Amino acid sequence: MVARIFESCYLEASRVHIYDGFLSTPVWAAMDVVAVPAVGYVVRRAQRGFDEARVPLLGVMGAFVFAAQMINIPVGVGTSGHLVGGALLAITLGLPTASVVMCAIIAIQALVFQDGGILALGANIMNMAIVGVLAGYLPYSLWGRGRWRKSAIFAGGALSVMVSALLALAELLFSGVPMPRSVLLLSMALFAVSALLEGGITLAVVEALEAIQPGFVRRPAAGRSFARGAIGLAAVLLAAVGFLFASTAPDGIERLGFETGAAHARAMISTPLAGYQWNLPGSPWVRKAGAGLTGIALIYGACLLIGRGVARRRSV
Amino acid sequence: MHHVVLERWSRGASVLHRRDPRAKLAALVVFLIVLATAHRDLAAVGAAMFLLLAGALVWARIPLAGALARAAVVLPFSLLFVGVCWLAGDPARGAALLLKSYLSALAVLTVVSTTPLPLLLRGMESVGAPRFLLMVAQFLYRYLFVISEEAQHMSKAAASRGATLRGATSGSERFHAAAGALAVLFARSYGRAEDIHRAMLARGFLGRFRTLHTLRFGRADGVFLALAVLAPVALRAAIERMP
Amino acid sequence: MAPLVEVRNLRFRYEDGTPALNGVDFRLEAGETVALLGPNGSGKTTFVMHLNGLLEGEGAVEVCGLPVEKRNLAAIRRKVGIVFQDSESQLFMPTVLEDVAFGPLNLGMSRERAEEVARAALETVGMGAAAGRPPYHLSAGEKKKVAIAGILAMEPEVLVLDEPTTFLDPPGQRALAGLLNHLPQAKILVTHDVPFAQSMCGRAVFFQNGAIAGQGPVEEIVVRFGWDFALGWSKSRP
Repeated sequence: MVARIFESCYLEASRVHIYDGFLSTPVWAAMDVVAVPAVGYVVRRAQRGFDEARVPLLGVMGAFVFAAQMINIPVGVGTSGHLVGGALLAITLGLPTASVVMCAIIAIQALVFQDGGILALGANIMNMAIVGVLAGYLPYSLWGRGRWRKSAIFAGGALSVMVSALLALAELLFSGVPMPRSVLLLSMALFAVSALLEGGITLAVVEALEAIQPGFVRRPAAGRSFARGAIGLAAVLLAAVGFLFASTAPDGIERLGFETGAAHARAMISTPLAGYQWNLPGSPWVRKAGAGLTGIALIYGACLLIGRGVARRRSV
Repeated sequence: MHHVVLERWSRGASVLHRRDPRAKLAALVVFLIVLATAHRDLAAVGAAMFLLLAGALVWARIPLAGALARAAVVLPFSLLFVGVCWLAGDPARGAALLLKSYLSALAVLTVVSTTPLPLLLRGMESVGAPRFLLMVAQFLYRYLFVISEEAQHMSKAAASRGATLRGATSGSERFHAAAGALAVLFARSYGRAEDIHRAMLARGFLGRFRTLHTLRFGRADGVFLALAVLAPVALRAAIERMP
Repeated sequence: MAPLVEVRNLRFRYEDGTPALNGVDFRLEAGETVALLGPNGSGKTTFVMHLNGLLEGEGAVEVCGLPVEKRNLAAIRRKVGIVFQDSESQLFMPTVLEDVAFGPLNLGMSRERAEEVARAALETVGMGAAAGRPPYHLSAGEKKKVAIAGILAMEPEVLVLDEPTTFLDPPGQRALAGLLNHLPQAKILVTHDVPFAQSMCGRAVFFQNGAIAGQGPVEEIVVRFGWDFALGWSKSRP
């Protein structure tokens, strides 16, 4: 009985699709705006030219992940886990391809199964298909060749789920969804468990795949600047940890909950038109956390640019 | 399976079915935005939006009860948050979440149950979504049920094997058996993708998919679009202006 | 009259080096229906994929006088149509009509002409009513017919069918045989189904270890290579 409750909680924890109605207008709109160029970028990289010959492969592997997400993986104690698949796709198909496949999956889930909102598509895509897949691939790209290969694959699986979940949580909190501290900590515990399970399942499937046909699992791209990869990984971890730290600030959450409730009454839309007034909740905590996350994002962006410059000079 | 029923519904012949998918998509987005940005008089606005959607479903001859049930997929998650909001002392917020998420899902369902998915995807291309991504989604949808069925067969086979070896199979063995089954499914899917590619080449594929039918936006579509955009906007404005 | 297909000393190795075809010689004349028999893994399907350039080996392969090489592939793939064993992977478009029109559209036909040709092909196989339906819901026999229509729409001169009766029940097999008998193209049938081969084919070619071990009338080949299990069983009944 306890196991079944745990299992259904786990299922909720590993599926971090946000529905419409949860995110505040600034949040879902901003994520949609960010997602458009991101998706455009991964599509261009995955397509490799004007040829559409790879479409069936990506489509079928998307169907595979879809189907795989429903298979019960017994993890002992009478419960089962499920594969989410972002890291697995990244390791076997490479980064931009895996992202495109996940985008297609998220779109079909939202449209056909109403699993995830339409206005929230930008957020879901960024969380799971862009950042989640990237996080799943980073450890493998850094350490996938050497002694730490298995740990790298495990870490990729765990990180992809953890980062997606934390980003979703961040977006919900920014939207003013009230979350008492106990619920927050419970959610994060569940995320951690599902992250570990994803790591384990991803590793087990990759190993089984290599036994069937070694060619399926690609070697991590050679010549990648170690420094750049490490910076990227550090930035992602920083963002996640930074948020964790900020969010467990003792009174922050309760205050956030009450104040945004009042703030939203103020931020009413006075006209039925789509135009609105952005009234950021007045709590100073939110401003600080927002600034913090923005700062981390800027640092990450700067590191990426620096790293790219370094990599280019080195490869010359 | 859910999407088999949806597939059947989407091939109806009502007036709503025959409208251009781009008009339906635009109407959907406007509806969702009107709903998402509503904060006052939510009960009344919600009721009005619900009636609008229910009316559309009935007009399109979609089984209403079935549709209402299918949109309920959002309920477990939303009810969870209703509980959380109640704990946090803001039950009104929870009710708003529940209402908005359910109605949004119902709105999407209304569009998807009156438009075959490949047509919907083609409509999205016309408004700028990357063609490559939409084709991937089309192929995903085509083989979704095929591979899900294969997965089910494998699950059953593995389960029956587990049952006969109950004494001998430890948790770890069952875990690795399941992971192995996934790996086999991966390999089969990959092989199927190669088969499809071969079949494409054998029929002269030169690098680009050509479409057989083009979308045509007619007068009826224009009228529908105007009405479908005005209705939620006007309803909400009217409700909010009432004393 | 020049043969439709002429193969001389065809050799092919897989990527890992294992030999798949060891010097195959083959001819197909207009109007012929030939059965390719042989154990699994003997190279039948591999051989057939050389006829439209999906695989490229060493030796000479000519279709309607054209050598099978890159510059001729477009023309050759129109002349040789392969219906693969798994129809599910061959019907990859959202509806039956769009799938059958896939070939004509690739050949450069206009949308209207491609639709015309596709509908005509569907009528020929008796699946005209299914034009707007998604392929998933069709039965195995119906899928096979649609797959054949997709090839017929390209107006080929040679039809190759790889294990066409797999997944078909006896009535389905009979329907397929009836349909194929009506088609004027030369045909190559890769099959394990001996009665099917007997009913349709004038000549059989027996593959073994990547080479042709024998050719001749179907009954003779079947008996010579011990492929007459089914026949023997039916003969022993009183």
